[in-house]
Amino acid sequence: MIETLQFYLSYPFVRYALIVGTLIALCSSLLGVTLVLKRFSYIGDGLSHVAFGALAIGTIFDLTSTSIVVMPVTVIAAVLILRTGQNPKIHGDAAIAMLSVGSLAIGYLVMHLFSTSANISGDVCSTLFGSTSILTLTKAEVWLCVVMSVVVVAVFVVLYNRIFAVTFDENFAKATGVKTNLYNTLIAVITAVIIVLAMNLVGSLLISALIIFPALSAMRVVQNFKGVVIYSTVISVFCALFGIVVSILFSTPVGSTIVAADIVMFGVNCLVGKILGK
Amino acid sequence: MSYIKCENLILGYEGVPVAQNISFDVRKGDYLCILGENGAGKSTLMKTLLGLTSLMGGSILYGDGLEGYEIGYLPQQTFVQKDFPASVWEIVLSGALSKCGRRPFFGKEEKELAEQNLRRMDIWELKRECYRNLSGGQQQRVLLARALCASSKLLVLDEPVTGLDPKATAEFYQLIKDLNNEGLTIIMVSHDIHAAVKYASHVLHVEKEQSFFGTAREYVKSDFWKDIGGDVQ
Repeated sequence: MIETLQFYLSYPFVRYALIVGTLIALCSSLLGVTLVLKRFSYIGDGLSHVAFGALAIGTIFDLTSTSIVVMPVTVIAAVLILRTGQNPKIHGDAAIAMLSVGSLAIGYLVMHLFSTSANISGDVCSTLFGSTSILTLTKAEVWLCVVMSVVVVAVFVVLYNRIFAVTFDENFAKATGVKTNLYNTLIAVITAVIIVLAMNLVGSLLISALIIFPALSAMRVVQNFKGVVIYSTVISVFCALFGIVVSILFSTPVGSTIVAADIVMFGVNCLVGKILGK
Repeated sequence: MSYIKCENLILGYEGVPVAQNISFDVRKGDYLCILGENGAGKSTLMKTLLGLTSLMGGSILYGDGLEGYEIGYLPQQTFVQKDFPASVWEIVLSGALSKCGRRPFFGKEEKELAEQNLRRMDIWELKRECYRNLSGGQQQRVLLARALCASSKLLVLDEPVTGLDPKATAEFYQLIKDLNNEGLTIIMVSHDIHAAVKYASHVLHVEKEQSFFGTAREYVKSDFWKDIGGDVQ
């Protein structure tokens, strides 16, 4: 088995997949803790569907790099979802549900009407579940991912204390002069960026899992915020690497294997939490 | 000079006024209780003082060396906080964030302030505990220590004894009174009218049209006191 792994690792596309997988897992779990605690778990889901719609439109215009379309559209959607979430007349969950199923439908419709490819359902399936795209990354896409991940991690570390304040108690933070709207928008924008990057890895349907499972697992066991953030990134990176390796060795779909690993990890942590009596 | 001077405030949200003709002032060392029926605008008034809601009319002046952001705030517990995985130390330290200015991380000064307030609230030994595992009274002490990190001048408390048992309630009122005796100015939104007149120096009774503002002694002699159902003394 080790020999097979070494054989695969000699291919650059496998190494790219491992690098990108690690980085995406790291970034998504960093933000995941905040999103889960702020009751924004579904933002990930909604945005990923928006990204799917944007991707479909990018594909029909035959753009070489669809990120040019997908990234800005998703970022704008993130800001919009956040704004409507604060509007008491339209509830946040309804807004997200509307946007998410709407873009899913439009995306599939557009793909069906204008697609030049012979295998539409194959295309759709790989966009939704990311079945192969992680193994077909170009060098440029890997670099884009590396740069974005460095930016996300740097922003998170520098603003860590503010993000904690805004997550724990937005009103208190605002009353003591923290610019809460700015940080909320920033969190939404970073989430959008991560989702667009993560589409390559697990596809748009499974991104939420990558965001929420490591955070929920960590919260079962660890009792302070910094610990939860650190432990959830460890879990997330481990599951991503494990999932990619397993999927290469046993030729299972990458995205769902990673998510399955995350689910098992969640179960294990629930058990540990119970045993520790917390 | 007053810390806060409010004149002819009109309170409301989304363009609908809730209460008007509210005038009062808060001086250094005062203990003001804000009373009134549900929906009379108590919470809106408090949010306006904290700058969370914008004013619909009238004026608020901050003076006597108090800046608008130098207000320590003890909010009602939100549902997010019930299962929040954060240690007592992390929460109390977050109160000192405004002292950091543009620095991204906490310095020695902020950490000393947090330690000092944890000791002051007698919860130093709980600093590694997880917030969600504490009792209601302990949680209030944690949030109070955080508020004290944000301001050493003025505290605003929003129905702080909600959900506390009678013993914890009595302890909490005593704690606030002690802070007030040490020179801290207190503004408390409350439903507990008898505790209000027992501990507070001043009372603001918010009503839709005309509100009462005066000392606690004047208040128990007024019609407002009878209307809200206070014991005649």
